[in-house]
Amino acid sequence: MQYFRKIWRDIGRPSIHYSIGALTLGGFIAGIFFWGGFNTVLEATNTEEFCISCHEMKDNVYQELRETIHFSNRSGVRATCPDCHVPHEWTQKIGRKAAATKEVWGKIFQTINTREKFNAKRRELAEHEWARLKANDSLECRNCHNFDYMDFTAQSPRASRQHSTSLADGEKTCIDCHKGIAHDLPDMSGVEGY
Amino acid sequence: MKQKTGLITIPALALVLILGAVAADEIATLRGGTPIAEQAELSAIPQVVDTDIRSKRNYPMQPPLIPHDTRGYDVNLKVNKCMSCHARQRIEESLAPMVSVTHFMDRDGNFLAEISPRRYFCNQCHVTQTTTRDVTENEFKDMDELLEERAVSEQDD
Repeated sequence: MQYFRKIWRDIGRPSIHYSIGALTLGGFIAGIFFWGGFNTVLEATNTEEFCISCHEMKDNVYQELRETIHFSNRSGVRATCPDCHVPHEWTQKIGRKAAATKEVWGKIFQTINTREKFNAKRRELAEHEWARLKANDSLECRNCHNFDYMDFTAQSPRASRQHSTSLADGEKTCIDCHKGIAHDLPDMSGVEGY
Repeated sequence: MKQKTGLITIPALALVLILGAVAADEIATLRGGTPIAEQAELSAIPQVVDTDIRSKRNYPMQPPLIPHDTRGYDVNLKVNKCMSCHARQRIEESLAPMVSVTHFMDRDGNFLAEISPRRYFCNQCHVTQTTTRDVTENEFKDMDELLEERAVSEQDD
Protein backbone atom coordinates (compact mmCIF):
# COMPACT_ATOMS: atom_id res chain seq x y z
CA MET A 1 0.00 0.00 0.00
CA GLN A 2 2.87 2.29 0.93
CA TYR A 3 4.46 1.46 -2.42
CA PHE A 4 1.37 2.39 -4.43
CA ARG A 5 1.00 5.60 -2.51
CA LYS A 6 4.59 6.54 -3.42
CA ILE A 7 3.99 5.86 -7.12
CA TRP A 8 0.83 7.97 -7.03
CA ARG A 9 2.75 10.83 -5.38
CA ASP A 10 5.58 10.62 -7.93
CA ILE A 11 3.22 10.68 -10.88
CA GLY A 12 1.58 13.83 -9.60
CA ARG A 13 4.86 15.66 -9.06
CA PRO A 14 6.64 17.62 -11.82
CA SER A 15 9.63 15.90 -13.42
CA ILE A 16 12.99 16.83 -11.93
CA HIS A 17 15.50 15.24 -14.37
CA TYR A 18 13.70 15.16 -17.75
CA SER A 19 12.63 18.14 -19.82
CA ILE A 20 9.03 18.50 -20.83
CA GLY A 21 10.16 18.18 -24.47
CA ALA A 22 11.85 14.81 -23.91
CA LEU A 23 8.84 13.53 -22.02
CA THR A 24 6.38 14.68 -24.67
CA LEU A 25 8.47 13.35 -27.56
CA GLY A 26 9.20 10.12 -25.70
CA GLY A 27 5.52 9.66 -25.01
CA PHE A 28 4.72 10.37 -28.63
CA ILE A 29 7.22 7.85 -29.97
CA ALA A 30 6.20 5.23 -27.43
CA GLY A 31 2.62 5.89 -28.49
CA ILE A 32 3.42 5.17 -32.13
CA PHE A 33 5.04 1.88 -31.20
CA PHE A 34 2.23 0.93 -28.88
CA TRP A 35 -0.50 1.78 -31.36
CA GLY A 36 1.33 0.16 -34.26
CA GLY A 37 1.96 -2.96 -32.22
CA PHE A 38 -1.64 -3.05 -31.07
CA ASN A 39 -2.97 -2.84 -34.60
CA THR A 40 -0.47 -5.36 -35.90
CA VAL A 41 -1.59 -7.89 -33.30
CA LEU A 42 -5.22 -7.02 -33.99
CA GLU A 43 -4.77 -7.69 -37.70
CA ALA A 44 -2.71 -10.82 -37.11
CA THR A 45 -5.50 -12.31 -35.03
CA ASN A 46 -7.96 -11.31 -37.75
CA THR A 47 -6.78 -13.80 -40.35
CA GLU A 48 -8.03 -17.22 -41.32
CA GLU A 49 -4.55 -18.61 -40.68
CA PHE A 50 -4.84 -17.54 -37.06
CA CYS A 51 -8.35 -18.94 -36.70
CA ILE A 52 -7.46 -22.38 -37.99
CA SER A 53 -4.28 -22.55 -35.95
CA CYS A 54 -6.60 -24.10 -33.35
CA HIS A 55 -7.74 -27.60 -34.24
CA GLU A 56 -11.24 -26.80 -32.97
CA MET A 57 -11.71 -24.44 -35.90
CA LYS A 58 -9.59 -26.30 -38.44
CA ASP A 59 -11.22 -29.71 -38.00
CA ASN A 60 -14.83 -28.60 -37.67
CA VAL A 61 -16.04 -25.33 -39.11
CA TYR A 62 -13.19 -24.85 -41.59
CA GLN A 63 -13.73 -28.26 -43.18
CA GLU A 64 -17.42 -27.51 -43.53
CA LEU A 65 -16.71 -24.12 -45.10
CA ARG A 66 -14.48 -25.70 -47.76
CA GLU A 67 -17.44 -27.32 -49.50
CA THR A 68 -19.52 -24.17 -49.74
CA ILE A 69 -19.78 -21.42 -52.34
CA HIS A 70 -18.10 -18.97 -49.98
CA PHE A 71 -14.90 -20.98 -50.25
CA SER A 72 -14.86 -22.25 -53.80
CA ASN A 73 -16.76 -20.78 -56.74
CA ARG A 74 -16.56 -19.80 -60.39
CA SER A 75 -15.02 -16.36 -59.88
CA GLY A 76 -12.54 -17.21 -57.13
CA VAL A 77 -13.63 -14.50 -54.73
CA ARG A 78 -13.84 -16.01 -51.29
CA ALA A 79 -14.74 -15.15 -47.75
CA THR A 80 -12.35 -15.94 -44.91
CA CYS A 81 -13.45 -16.47 -41.30
CA PRO A 82 -13.16 -12.81 -40.17
CA ASP A 83 -15.07 -11.57 -43.23
CA CYS A 84 -18.25 -13.00 -41.74
CA HIS A 85 -17.44 -13.23 -38.06
CA VAL A 86 -15.70 -9.92 -37.33
CA PRO A 87 -17.22 -6.54 -38.21
CA HIS A 88 -15.05 -4.41 -40.48
CA GLU A 89 -15.89 -1.15 -38.76
CA TRP A 90 -13.35 -0.30 -36.04
CA THR A 91 -15.52 0.29 -32.96
CA GLN A 92 -17.59 -2.80 -33.58
CA LYS A 93 -14.46 -4.79 -34.38
CA ILE A 94 -12.96 -3.94 -30.98
CA GLY A 95 -16.23 -4.94 -29.34
CA ARG A 96 -16.21 -8.29 -31.12
CA LYS A 97 -12.55 -8.79 -30.28
CA ALA A 98 -13.22 -8.12 -26.61
CA ALA A 99 -16.09 -10.60 -26.69
CA ALA A 100 -13.78 -13.13 -28.34
CA THR A 101 -11.72 -13.41 -25.16
CA LYS A 102 -14.45 -15.88 -24.17
CA GLU A 103 -13.08 -18.11 -26.92
CA VAL A 104 -9.66 -18.10 -25.25
CA TRP A 105 -11.42 -19.25 -22.09
CA GLY A 106 -13.07 -22.02 -24.10
CA LYS A 107 -9.73 -23.06 -25.53
CA ILE A 108 -8.10 -23.26 -22.09
CA PHE A 109 -10.97 -25.23 -20.56
CA GLN A 110 -11.37 -27.39 -23.70
CA THR A 111 -15.09 -26.83 -24.12
CA ILE A 112 -15.15 -27.94 -27.78
CA ASN A 113 -11.90 -29.85 -28.16
CA THR A 114 -13.55 -32.94 -29.66
CA ARG A 115 -15.98 -33.36 -32.54
CA GLU A 116 -18.59 -34.72 -30.13
CA LYS A 117 -18.28 -31.76 -27.79
CA PHE A 118 -18.42 -29.39 -30.73
CA ASN A 119 -21.57 -30.97 -32.12
CA ALA A 120 -23.18 -30.93 -28.69
CA LYS A 121 -22.54 -27.19 -28.48
CA ARG A 122 -23.26 -26.42 -32.14
CA ARG A 123 -26.79 -25.12 -31.61
CA GLU A 124 -25.70 -22.76 -28.85
CA LEU A 125 -22.76 -21.44 -30.86
CA ALA A 126 -24.91 -21.04 -33.96
CA GLU A 127 -27.54 -19.18 -31.99
CA HIS A 128 -24.93 -16.66 -30.84
CA GLU A 129 -24.00 -15.95 -34.45
CA TRP A 130 -27.63 -15.74 -35.61
CA ALA A 131 -28.41 -13.33 -32.79
CA ARG A 132 -25.39 -11.19 -33.60
CA LEU A 133 -26.20 -11.00 -37.31
CA LYS A 134 -29.86 -10.38 -36.61
CA ALA A 135 -28.97 -7.52 -34.25
CA ASN A 136 -26.62 -5.79 -36.69
CA ASP A 137 -28.87 -6.36 -39.74
CA SER A 138 -26.45 -8.90 -41.24
CA LEU A 139 -23.68 -6.31 -41.36
CA GLU A 140 -20.98 -8.82 -42.33
CA CYS A 141 -23.02 -10.15 -45.27
CA ARG A 142 -23.56 -6.61 -46.47
CA ASN A 143 -19.83 -5.89 -46.52
CA CYS A 144 -19.88 -7.72 -49.84
CA HIS A 145 -23.54 -8.20 -50.77
CA ASN A 146 -24.93 -4.73 -51.31
CA PHE A 147 -28.71 -4.66 -51.57
CA ASP A 148 -28.72 -1.47 -53.64
CA TYR A 149 -26.81 -3.17 -56.45
CA MET A 150 -28.74 -6.44 -56.54
CA ASP A 151 -30.16 -7.13 -59.99
CA PHE A 152 -33.44 -8.86 -59.31
CA THR A 153 -33.82 -9.79 -62.96
CA ALA A 154 -30.65 -11.85 -62.75
CA GLN A 155 -31.96 -13.74 -59.74
CA SER A 156 -34.20 -16.76 -59.91
CA PRO A 157 -37.92 -15.91 -59.61
CA ARG A 158 -37.99 -17.37 -56.11
CA ALA A 159 -35.01 -15.32 -54.93
CA SER A 160 -36.16 -12.10 -56.56
CA ARG A 161 -39.63 -12.40 -55.03
CA GLN A 162 -38.23 -12.75 -51.54
CA HIS A 163 -35.49 -10.15 -51.92
CA SER A 164 -37.82 -7.54 -53.40
CA THR A 165 -40.41 -7.94 -50.64
CA SER A 166 -39.30 -9.03 -47.20
CA LEU A 167 -35.67 -7.99 -47.52
CA ALA A 168 -36.46 -4.72 -49.27
CA ASP A 169 -38.86 -3.46 -46.61
CA GLY A 170 -36.49 -4.48 -43.82
CA GLU A 171 -38.88 -7.01 -42.37
CA LYS A 172 -36.27 -9.72 -42.79
CA THR A 173 -32.50 -9.66 -42.88
CA CYS A 174 -30.07 -11.99 -44.67
CA ILE A 175 -29.57 -14.39 -41.77
CA ASP A 176 -33.31 -15.02 -41.39
CA CYS A 177 -33.24 -17.22 -44.48
CA HIS A 178 -29.58 -17.87 -45.17
CA LYS A 179 -28.68 -19.96 -42.15
CA GLY A 180 -26.09 -22.69 -42.49
CA ILE A 181 -24.69 -21.34 -45.73
CA ALA A 182 -21.10 -21.75 -44.59
CA HIS A 183 -21.27 -24.48 -41.96
CA ASP A 184 -23.39 -27.53 -41.14
CA LEU A 185 -26.63 -26.71 -39.41
CA PRO A 186 -27.32 -27.81 -35.86
CA ASP A 187 -30.57 -29.50 -34.80
CA MET A 188 -33.05 -26.92 -36.08
CA SER A 189 -36.12 -27.99 -34.14
CA GLY A 190 -37.97 -24.91 -32.96
CA VAL A 191 -36.05 -22.46 -35.13
CA GLU A 192 -38.37 -20.14 -37.09
CA GLY A 193 -38.63 -21.21 -40.68
CA TYR A 194 -37.55 -24.83 -40.12
CA MET B 1 -22.40 -87.32 -48.77
CA LYS B 2 -20.00 -84.78 -47.39
CA GLN B 3 -17.21 -85.99 -49.65
CA LYS B 4 -19.44 -85.79 -52.68
CA THR B 5 -20.25 -82.11 -52.23
CA GLY B 6 -16.57 -81.44 -51.79
CA LEU B 7 -15.81 -83.05 -55.10
CA ILE B 8 -18.42 -80.97 -56.90
CA THR B 9 -17.34 -77.73 -55.21
CA ILE B 10 -13.75 -77.80 -56.43
CA PRO B 11 -14.43 -77.84 -60.18
CA ALA B 12 -17.29 -75.39 -59.67
CA LEU B 13 -14.97 -72.97 -57.89
CA ALA B 14 -12.37 -73.34 -60.61
CA LEU B 15 -14.99 -72.58 -63.23
CA VAL B 16 -16.11 -69.47 -61.37
CA LEU B 17 -12.51 -68.25 -61.13
CA ILE B 18 -11.85 -68.77 -64.82
CA LEU B 19 -15.10 -67.12 -65.87
CA GLY B 20 -14.40 -64.30 -63.45
CA ALA B 21 -11.01 -63.64 -65.02
CA VAL B 22 -12.56 -63.53 -68.50
CA ALA B 23 -15.41 -61.28 -67.42
CA ALA B 24 -13.07 -58.83 -65.60
CA ASP B 25 -11.88 -57.46 -68.95
CA GLU B 26 -15.38 -56.65 -70.06
CA ILE B 27 -16.79 -55.12 -66.88
CA ALA B 28 -17.55 -51.45 -67.33
CA THR B 29 -15.80 -49.53 -64.58
CA LEU B 30 -15.87 -45.90 -63.55
CA ARG B 31 -12.36 -45.67 -64.95
CA GLY B 32 -13.67 -46.85 -68.33
CA GLY B 33 -10.72 -49.14 -68.98
CA THR B 34 -8.10 -46.47 -68.38
CA PRO B 35 -4.89 -48.07 -67.07
CA ILE B 36 -4.22 -47.48 -63.39
CA ALA B 37 -1.15 -45.34 -64.03
CA GLU B 38 -2.96 -43.01 -66.41
CA GLN B 39 -5.47 -40.27 -65.94
CA ALA B 40 -8.58 -40.42 -68.08
CA GLU B 41 -9.79 -37.29 -69.80
CA LEU B 42 -12.42 -35.74 -67.59
CA SER B 43 -15.78 -34.62 -68.81
CA ALA B 44 -17.04 -31.21 -67.77
CA ILE B 45 -19.31 -31.04 -64.74
CA PRO B 46 -22.70 -29.93 -66.05
CA GLN B 47 -24.61 -26.93 -64.70
CA VAL B 48 -27.64 -27.50 -62.51
CA VAL B 49 -30.89 -26.16 -63.95
CA ASP B 50 -31.97 -23.34 -61.63
CA THR B 51 -34.95 -21.81 -63.42
CA ASP B 52 -37.58 -22.32 -60.70
CA ILE B 53 -39.99 -23.39 -63.45
CA ARG B 54 -41.86 -26.57 -62.63
CA SER B 55 -41.58 -29.20 -65.33
CA LYS B 56 -44.31 -31.61 -66.29
CA ARG B 57 -44.14 -35.20 -65.08
CA ASN B 58 -43.32 -37.80 -67.71
CA TYR B 59 -45.73 -40.25 -66.08
CA PRO B 60 -48.23 -39.77 -63.28
CA MET B 61 -46.18 -41.47 -60.57
CA GLN B 62 -42.92 -39.71 -61.38
CA PRO B 63 -41.45 -37.91 -58.39
CA PRO B 64 -41.49 -34.24 -59.42
CA LEU B 65 -38.12 -32.90 -60.50
CA ILE B 66 -36.37 -30.17 -58.50
CA PRO B 67 -36.21 -27.01 -60.65
CA HIS B 68 -33.63 -25.24 -58.47
CA ASP B 69 -30.08 -25.66 -57.21
CA THR B 70 -29.76 -27.64 -54.00
CA ARG B 71 -26.06 -27.16 -53.38
CA GLY B 72 -25.29 -27.27 -49.68
CA TYR B 73 -28.78 -28.31 -48.60
CA ASP B 74 -28.47 -30.29 -45.38
CA VAL B 75 -30.77 -33.29 -45.14
CA ASN B 76 -29.66 -35.25 -42.12
CA LEU B 77 -30.71 -36.28 -38.63
CA LYS B 78 -30.57 -32.71 -37.38
CA VAL B 79 -32.20 -30.77 -40.16
CA ASN B 80 -34.04 -31.11 -43.45
CA LYS B 81 -33.42 -28.00 -45.51
CA CYS B 82 -35.99 -28.96 -48.16
CA MET B 83 -38.74 -28.96 -45.57
CA SER B 84 -37.97 -25.37 -44.59
CA CYS B 85 -39.95 -24.45 -47.72
CA HIS B 86 -41.93 -27.54 -48.71
CA ALA B 87 -43.36 -28.48 -45.30
CA ARG B 88 -47.09 -28.06 -44.72
CA GLN B 89 -46.47 -25.29 -42.18
CA ARG B 90 -44.06 -23.42 -44.46
CA ILE B 91 -45.75 -23.19 -47.86
CA GLU B 92 -47.85 -20.17 -47.00
CA GLU B 93 -44.71 -18.10 -46.64
CA SER B 94 -42.50 -19.85 -49.18
CA LEU B 95 -45.16 -20.40 -51.90
CA ALA B 96 -43.40 -23.68 -52.65
CA PRO B 97 -45.43 -26.80 -53.50
CA MET B 98 -46.29 -28.83 -50.41
CA VAL B 99 -44.96 -32.36 -50.10
CA SER B 100 -47.61 -34.79 -51.27
CA VAL B 101 -49.91 -36.28 -48.62
CA THR B 102 -48.58 -39.73 -49.51
CA HIS B 103 -45.40 -38.67 -47.75
CA PHE B 104 -47.25 -38.58 -44.43
CA MET B 105 -48.20 -42.23 -44.77
CA ASP B 106 -46.20 -44.98 -43.10
CA ARG B 107 -45.84 -48.37 -44.76
CA ASP B 108 -49.01 -49.66 -43.09
CA GLY B 109 -51.06 -46.88 -44.65
CA ASN B 110 -51.49 -44.83 -41.47
CA PHE B 111 -51.30 -41.07 -41.85
CA LEU B 112 -48.81 -39.44 -39.50
CA ALA B 113 -48.63 -35.85 -38.28
CA GLU B 114 -45.25 -35.26 -39.91
CA ILE B 115 -43.66 -36.72 -43.02
CA SER B 116 -42.92 -40.38 -42.61
CA PRO B 117 -39.30 -41.34 -41.86
CA ARG B 118 -39.26 -43.47 -45.01
CA ARG B 119 -39.91 -40.33 -47.08
CA TYR B 120 -37.46 -38.15 -45.15
CA PHE B 121 -34.55 -38.18 -47.60
CA CYS B 122 -36.00 -36.12 -50.43
CA ASN B 123 -33.20 -36.64 -52.92
CA GLN B 124 -33.65 -40.38 -52.88
CA CYS B 125 -36.45 -39.76 -55.39
CA HIS B 126 -36.43 -36.06 -56.27
CA VAL B 127 -33.50 -34.90 -58.33
CA THR B 128 -32.24 -31.74 -59.94
CA GLN B 129 -31.65 -31.60 -63.69
CA THR B 130 -28.47 -30.56 -65.45
CA THR B 131 -27.82 -28.97 -68.81
CA THR B 132 -26.25 -31.96 -70.50
CA ARG B 133 -26.91 -34.38 -73.34
CA ASP B 134 -28.52 -37.75 -72.64
CA VAL B 135 -25.90 -40.41 -72.07
CA THR B 136 -27.94 -42.91 -74.04
CA GLU B 137 -30.75 -42.45 -76.53
CA ASN B 138 -34.07 -42.15 -74.76
CA GLU B 139 -36.98 -43.96 -76.33
CA PHE B 140 -39.41 -43.23 -73.56
CA LYS B 141 -42.91 -42.44 -74.70
CA ASP B 142 -45.47 -40.63 -72.66
CA MET B 143 -48.71 -42.52 -71.95
CA ASP B 144 -50.65 -39.90 -73.91
CA GLU B 145 -48.41 -40.42 -76.91
CA LEU B 146 -49.04 -44.17 -76.78
CA LEU B 147 -52.79 -43.66 -76.53
CA GLU B 148 -52.70 -41.22 -79.41
CA GLU B 149 -50.68 -43.62 -81.55
CA ARG B 150 -53.18 -46.37 -80.87
CA ALA B 151 -56.11 -44.13 -81.66
CA VAL B 152 -54.49 -43.18 -84.97
CA SER B 153 -53.74 -46.80 -85.88
CA GLU B 154 -57.29 -47.88 -84.99
CA GLN B 155 -58.67 -45.13 -87.17
CA ASP B 156 -56.56 -46.37 -90.05
CA ASP B 157 -57.88 -49.92 -89.68
